[in-house]
Amino acid sequence: MLSVEVNNLIKTYGKKKEVKALSDISFSVPQGELFGIIGPDGAGKTSLFRILTTLLLADSGKASVDGFDVVKDYKAIRKRVGYMPGRFSLYQDLSVEENLNFFATIFNTSIKENYDLIKDIYVQIEPFRKRKAGKLSGGMKQKLALSCALIHRPSVLFLDEPTTGVDAVSRKEFWEMLKGLRKEGITILVSTPYMDEAGLCDKVALIQNGKILSIDTPQGIVNNFSKPLMAVKSSKMLHLLKDLEQKEFVENVYPFGEYHHVVMKDKSGEQLLQQFIQRRNDETTVLYDAKPNIEDCFIALMKS
Amino acid sequence: MFILLGMPVVQIVIFGFALTNEVKNSKIAILDNSKDAATSSLTAQLDASQYFDLEKNLLTYSQVEEEFKKGKIKLAIVFPQHFQEDLQHFNKAQVQLIADAADPNTANQLTNYATAIIMDYQNRITNDRKLPYTISTEMKMLYNPQLKGAFNFVPGVMAMVLLLVCTMMTAITIVKEKELGTMEVILVSPMRPQLVVLAKAVPYLLLSTINIASILLLSVFVLEVPINGSLFLLVFESILFILVSLSLGLLISSRAESQQTAMFISLIGMFLPTIMLSGFMFPVENMPLPLRIVSNIVPAKWYYSIVKSVMIKGLGLSGVFKETLILSGMVIFFLTMAIKRFKIRLA
Repeated sequence: MLSVEVNNLIKTYGKKKEVKALSDISFSVPQGELFGIIGPDGAGKTSLFRILTTLLLADSGKASVDGFDVVKDYKAIRKRVGYMPGRFSLYQDLSVEENLNFFATIFNTSIKENYDLIKDIYVQIEPFRKRKAGKLSGGMKQKLALSCALIHRPSVLFLDEPTTGVDAVSRKEFWEMLKGLRKEGITILVSTPYMDEAGLCDKVALIQNGKILSIDTPQGIVNNFSKPLMAVKSSKMLHLLKDLEQKEFVENVYPFGEYHHVVMKDKSGEQLLQQFIQRRNDETTVLYDAKPNIEDCFIALMKS
Repeated sequence: MFILLGMPVVQIVIFGFALTNEVKNSKIAILDNSKDAATSSLTAQLDASQYFDLEKNLLTYSQVEEEFKKGKIKLAIVFPQHFQEDLQHFNKAQVQLIADAADPNTANQLTNYATAIIMDYQNRITNDRKLPYTISTEMKMLYNPQLKGAFNFVPGVMAMVLLLVCTMMTAITIVKEKELGTMEVILVSPMRPQLVVLAKAVPYLLLSTINIASILLLSVFVLEVPINGSLFLLVFESILFILVSLSLGLLISSRAESQQTAMFISLIGMFLPTIMLSGFMFPVENMPLPLRIVSNIVPAKWYYSIVKSVMIKGLGLSGVFKETLILSGMVIFFLTMAIKRFKIRLA
C-alpha cells in the first residue's frame, strides 16, 4: 500500500507566480519506508512537506497521504500524520513534560498510551523533563519535537530537516531512532540538506530547484554514476582546479573535502589526467581512483 | 512610511479641529412654568447662542428626569411659575439649571454658559429700566452632585482596559503562535482550527472579568463612585463588550503576520479611536459630522455610554437597549468575520 502519493505537484509563490517552488513533482512512498528528500536550501523541500501536511495548497497536481486527498480530506490527514517542522515549534515556555502532555491532549491521547513508541527517545530527555523547552540544547529540542510528533502513533511521519543545526553525535543518534521507528511500521519522510545522510534512507529523492533529479535507493543512485571519477590533490589547489576546468577530457571538476573530484568524459580520460598531472611540476600532487558517493551523483545530476 | 509621515498630519487635524473640550450646540430642554414675555425672551436668547440647541419644551417636572434618562439632553432649564411677575414685583426671580453631571466637565461648562447668558439678560433689563433686577440661578447637578471627575473616567477606564487586554493581548498571543511556528504544528492536529483560536480567547475573558471586578471595587470603595443601577446588568454589559473586543482581537490576529503588526493595528485601530472618539475625553457631540459618524463604529463609545447610564444614572436595560443591541450586533459581525477569515492553512 502506498503511504504517500504525489502526482504532478506544482507550487509557485508571488503575485505573478514568478517563484517556482515545486515544478511538476511526482513520486510515491510505500508503507513503512524511510524516504529521504535530499536537496540544498531552497530546493522546495519545505513547500513539499507543507503541501503534504495540508498546510499549503498546491497550484496544481494531486497528492494523497494514506489514501486521503490533501485538499479534500485534510481533516483525516491531520489526525493521522506526525509533523515536525524545520524550525523548533514547540512551546518554549512550557517544560518538556508539559509540551508532551499538551500534544498528547490535542491528539486525544495520553503519554501512557503510546509510551512504548517514544520510550527510547524520551528516556534521553527525561532527566530534563522539568526544564523549559526553550532552554534545551539543539539535539534535545529535536528529540523532544520528535517525541511530540510521535505521541499519537502517526501512520506517516514528516520530518522537515530534523538534523539541521544539530551536532554530529546527535545527528547519528537521531537517525538511529528513525531506523527504530521504521520497525514499528511508520512511514517516514525526512528531508535533509546533508548528502551524507542519504545513505541511511531506504530510498532517496534528490531535489533541486523544485525538480526531482532522481529517485532510487542510495546504492542505486551511486551505481548509476557511470563516468570515471578521480580525486586529485596538490599544494596549489586553486591553480589545479582552474587548469583542470580548461581540459577537454574533463567533464566536471569540483572541490571535495581536501581533494578535487574530477569526472572524466570517458575511460580514456583517466590516462590523459595521469599524463597531465605528471607534466605538472607539482610534486605533491596525488591521484587515486575515487568511489562516487551521493554528493558526486547529485553534482552530476545537477549539471546534466 | 505612509504611517510615519501621515500620522502627524492626521493627528494635528483631529486634535486641532475636531477634538475640543469646548461645548457647542448642546441639546437643552426648557420647562417653562410661567410662559410669559420674560421667559420666552430668555429662551430665545439661550437658543440663539451657539452653545445651546433647544431640543424640547417640557410640560411637567417629571419629564425632566425622563429626558435625562433618555440621554438626549445635557441641560434642562426650569422657569418657576410667575417668573415675570416675580421679577417685576419683587425685582427678583429664580431659574433652576439642571445638568447631566455624569460628565462633570461638560455639566460645569454648560451651567456656566447658561448662567452667563441669564446674567447678560439680567444686566440688559436692569439697564433698560434702571431697576435692580436680580435673577438668581439655582444649579442642580444630576447624578453627580459633587462633580467628581471619577464619575467620568471610571467608565472610560473600564472601556480602555477591557479593550487593551482583550483586543491587543488576544491578537498578540495568537500572532505569536504564528510567529513561533507553534500554529503550524497545532494546525496539523485533529483540533479544529477555530477551536484553537477560541480557546486562546478564553483566558482573556476570565482575566478581563477579574479586571472589571477590581475596577468596580476600587471605584466604589476608594473613589466612592456609586453603582446606581443593577450590578448584574453592568457585568452583563461588560461581558458583552469583552466579547466585542475579543472578536476584534481575533479578527486582527487572522490578518496580522507578526506581533508587531498586531500591536500596531490594535493601538492605532483600537486604542486611539477609543480615547478620541468614545466621548470619554472629548464630547462626541462637538465633533464635525464625519467624525461623529466614525465614532459610531467605535465599540467603546457604546460601552462608555452604557456604563455611564447604568452605573451613574442607574438606568435599567430599557435605558440602554439600543446600545446593547448595537454591541451584540458587533459581536456577531466581528466573530463571524474572524472565524471566516481564519485560515485553516498557512497561506
